[in-house]
Amino acid sequence: MSRFLHSVTLEKDYCNGCTNCLDRCPTQAIRIRAGKAEIITERCIDCGACIKACPYHAKGALSDTLDMLSQFKFNVALPAISLYGQFGLEVDMNKVLNGFYQLGFDYVFDVGIAAELLTDYQSMKLKLPETVKPMISTYCPAVIRLIQIRYPSLIENIINLESPLEVAGRIARQKITEITDLKYEEIGVFYITQCPATITSIRKPIGIEKSCINGAISIEAIYTKLLRMYDDIEIKSNIQKCSGRGIGWGMVGGQSYAMGIDNYLAVDGIDEVVRVLDQFELGKLNDIDFFEGYACVTGCVGGPLNAENPFIAKTRVRKRSNKEGQEFNMDEYKKMPEEMMQWHVDIEPFPVMKLDKDFKKALEKMAKIEELLQILPGIDCGACGSPTCRALAEDIVMGRMTLDGCAVQNRKK
Amino acid sequence: MKDTFHIDREDAIMAYDYEVITDDFSRAGEASSDIKKKLRQVGIDNDIIRRIAISTYEAEINQVIHSLGGRITLLIRPDRIELFFVDRGPGIENIELAMKEGFSTASNKVREMGFGAGMGLPNIKRCSDEFYIESEVGSFTKLKIVINL
Repeated sequence: MSRFLHSVTLEKDYCNGCTNCLDRCPTQAIRIRAGKAEIITERCIDCGACIKACPYHAKGALSDTLDMLSQFKFNVALPAISLYGQFGLEVDMNKVLNGFYQLGFDYVFDVGIAAELLTDYQSMKLKLPETVKPMISTYCPAVIRLIQIRYPSLIENIINLESPLEVAGRIARQKITEITDLKYEEIGVFYITQCPATITSIRKPIGIEKSCINGAISIEAIYTKLLRMYDDIEIKSNIQKCSGRGIGWGMVGGQSYAMGIDNYLAVDGIDEVVRVLDQFELGKLNDIDFFEGYACVTGCVGGPLNAENPFIAKTRVRKRSNKEGQEFNMDEYKKMPEEMMQWHVDIEPFPVMKLDKDFKKALEKMAKIEELLQILPGIDCGACGSPTCRALAEDIVMGRMTLDGCAVQNRKK
Repeated sequence: MKDTFHIDREDAIMAYDYEVITDDFSRAGEASSDIKKKLRQVGIDNDIIRRIAISTYEAEINQVIHSLGGRITLLIRPDRIELFFVDRGPGIENIELAMKEGFSTASNKVREMGFGAGMGLPNIKRCSDEFYIESEVGSFTKLKIVINL
């Protein structure tokens, strides 16, 4: 399977070729060609910034539907932690989680529990002398991919820890195998998600060979169903077991709060993450212990596939987290082996910004770019379909565009 | 004998110049950030880029804080990168002292902004393969670093 597999997609019929998404992309992966947006796949980190920016809803995320449940004998729902921010505080979240039985699932496992386990594991890692600091959280896969593309020298700071959803999937599979005779392939595990980047991670994971998750269904897609059925949901079991620590992972700063540390840096919004990582690479954050960065403003509750406004959802997560306290019964999960929470595959840099494999040729191309920049107007209007004049110059040198694409230049003629 | 600080553009594959304006904190770091981006695009090793980025940033900040304005010149050669930092300004009275970690003449205002910790020059030296500095009090400071590819 190729690395260039993405969940962020473009519905060409809806795209009117406007430039709203162009300059929002942190890796300059979007071009407008022939009146429609195109994504340069090897640059896309699936952060979802373009989904949020598109006024025509032409950008979306490839997610699965409930129909896929029929492919398995037994289906598990792993509702994302940000679900805690999607409902008002008067709503009983355990009841909402029980609603997944009515949606056709046979087992529901709260991802917040995995976050609790990872909190402890992460705290332990932080204390190890060999840990390179600041330790970078792996929670947001878009930030990890951003580092692979733009900040390869920071890869050594990334803690090789699995994401809560993958850990949750493994625990759920283990539990079901203990209580039933079902085979691995008979169990379908579905992540109920707000996040296009995690959907990509399920299909093409970072740090592991293969994900144990079979599909991802967006929160948007099931939200109204849950609302409609809420009054009739029958509470079959106690699903919500995580404490405020686990719930807190739904928002920026939540991991550090859960770990009870003070010397951390929490950043939300991909543009701000870029600014901070620039400083990071210059060695300006060396006195910090832990860095948690999120592509989405407010953290996971700001994910594009959520139903609720990010800030409202964040407030709810905070309040729910405070209400639940920090008491969590770890006994049930004590036997969880460490391998279950770690990445085994090295994180490689993706030098996609390189102009050429050959140093000399790359330099020649760079010189041509500089020449072109003298001709181009430098107003970054985006009318040519490239995000900036510099990006157009690069596109011309890389053979993706010609100088005729520049509207300002044409007018001068 | 050839002057160490002579900027020989003839053999360079590429040369770039950046003007640095004194006391302009809003633009401080732009030159080093552009240099970093260019070196990444031509495919220079990540480790080398990081060393260059750190030293360029420190030297650029030094010009912003201490000088009356300066210029950064980047020369890319097949086997090495050369960087020149030449400024007009107060110069450095005691270079030996300035090279000591923690020594700083920065004002409180500058320190409040998180700069002027006295790590600049030692940091630059640590990151480079060759390091030359020359200064005349009340006139200029010249810095040249070489990083081998």
